[in-house]
Amino acid sequence: MPVRTRYLSLLAALLLLILFPLFGSSFYIGLLTRILILALFAMSLDLLIGYTGLVSFGHAAFFGIGGYALAICFQDAVVIHLWQALPLSLISAALAALVVGWISIRTSGIYFIMITLAFAQMFFYFFFESPRYGGDDGIFLFFKPVLMIGAEDILHLDRENNFYYFVLTSLVSSYLFLTMILRAPFGKVITAIKANEHRVLALGYPVNHYKLVSFVIAGTLAGLAGFLEGAHSGYVNPSYMSWHESGIAIAIVVLGGMGTLYGPILGAFIVVLLQDFLPSLTDHWQLLFGGIVISVALFLPHGLTSLLPQIWTLFKARKSSSVINPPESDDD
Amino acid sequence: MTEIILRTERLNKNFGGLIAANNISLSFERGRVHAIIGPNGAGKTTLINLLSGDLLPSDGTILFKDRDITTLPPHKISQLGIGRSYQKTNIFPTFSCYENCWVAAQSRLKTSMHFFRPAIRLRSVQERAERALDLCGLSHRSACLASAMSYGEQRQLEIGMMLATEPELLLLDEPLAGMGSEESLQVIDLLQRLAKNHTLILIEHDMDAVFAIAEQLTVMVNGRVLETGTVEQIRNSQAVQEVYLGAEEETS
Repeated sequence: MPVRTRYLSLLAALLLLILFPLFGSSFYIGLLTRILILALFAMSLDLLIGYTGLVSFGHAAFFGIGGYALAICFQDAVVIHLWQALPLSLISAALAALVVGWISIRTSGIYFIMITLAFAQMFFYFFFESPRYGGDDGIFLFFKPVLMIGAEDILHLDRENNFYYFVLTSLVSSYLFLTMILRAPFGKVITAIKANEHRVLALGYPVNHYKLVSFVIAGTLAGLAGFLEGAHSGYVNPSYMSWHESGIAIAIVVLGGMGTLYGPILGAFIVVLLQDFLPSLTDHWQLLFGGIVISVALFLPHGLTSLLPQIWTLFKARKSSSVINPPESDDD
Repeated sequence: MTEIILRTERLNKNFGGLIAANNISLSFERGRVHAIIGPNGAGKTTLINLLSGDLLPSDGTILFKDRDITTLPPHKISQLGIGRSYQKTNIFPTFSCYENCWVAAQSRLKTSMHFFRPAIRLRSVQERAERALDLCGLSHRSACLASAMSYGEQRQLEIGMMLATEPELLLLDEPLAGMGSEESLQVIDLLQRLAKNHTLILIEHDMDAVFAIAEQLTVMVNGRVLETGTVEQIRNSQAVQEVYLGAEEETS
């Protein structure tokens, strides 16, 4: 698929997302907001799994910390200032990722998976067993964050549409940010680490520094997603950090296609829609869901987005066969 | 008196009970080609791994330009100007030939912790990568996926990546292994050109190549240095003829 076609499809998808609130009911706007938050969370994990080669099974920890930072500090606040709450969540998630990453990246393979899982479980049980922070009931937030300059209300996230656009902006900025760093020298090094870590070291790169920075960036973006989820649902509880949440994120990345950034966005749509649609078919819908994940892993190792170029070629072939004199081939 | 660029002093490496390197004290002169030969299992690759930091010696010291580098990790040793190529091809299979050299060339930036500017705008890296591709004779293959190249070409790329880091001292672990005769001649030619302004430490089984390139020879047997000296000295050495050449005749 030509690069230009890919950009155009992404832009078309963005346009649809921008226009959606004009047509969709508030229920669907809420659903879409949830999907986009999950997409952001999965996209941050893709930086680790798809680009750096670090299979983290504890990514939900940073999602949860982003949410809890907001909930703990602002549970009694009447006005939640966005410019205070958002940086607080991001910094908390980044610090946690720095500590967890600093220890975890010393291991690799199955040990890395286990150690990140263990860290996430530690955070999970800490909040689960902490009555101060709501224990297993979690914390409710009664107000949405606002952006105020002086007494002027610039952006109030109380309205579903505003919140939706705020989430969409966060997702698009994160996408652009990740695209930028992947094109920069830093991105070349982490993709090389995924391809052959040992050689990167032999070429003179302090591999662990790059892995750690990647881990912190991914954790911070996961914290952003957690902040958005907490603010959106008005409810933060330990399940944010459960290993189910980490597992779902991995499933989304694998389903959508790792190493693409837009794959996890598609994956989030598919997973949430399947979770909403499959239960209406059967009580054993998890069985179906698992089957779908297995089939994709078996038959589409590069995820569902890898189908797009194939559909494109089919489409092209059909178009050119219907024309008597096929035009000059487009530049790829 | 020529300058000693690299020196090892009583270098030892044990793997459990196995002594892979035993009391190795060698000096490598700047600007020379120094070949290390010996039968399989003599500890040649172990020695290279110790020099490049891939392995930590059990005992002894390594001095590079009089600086102790014994315990430095591989990336620091690479940054000092010691490049190495591997016996078993060690490239980025999912990258294009050019990207392989790019990553290598980019390692000479002060740091690659740059997040904003696209990497492709870095002219100095681009030039280094292209020069390395040119040297190893792969310019015409630059867009080819590394895993899709022939084994011989991958071996050439292996050397090209090392060159893209612009090292002073090259550690070459069997650069000709598995190459066809045509490719071998190309690589020998390349090594001869490199020898003009680099120091080479070379492990090689191909004796014709060794005698064509090397000025100094070290013969290793069972983890020990049997003999070291000029090519002439080694040719005439009684001990080498008995142990090494004799052993090789038996096996062949």
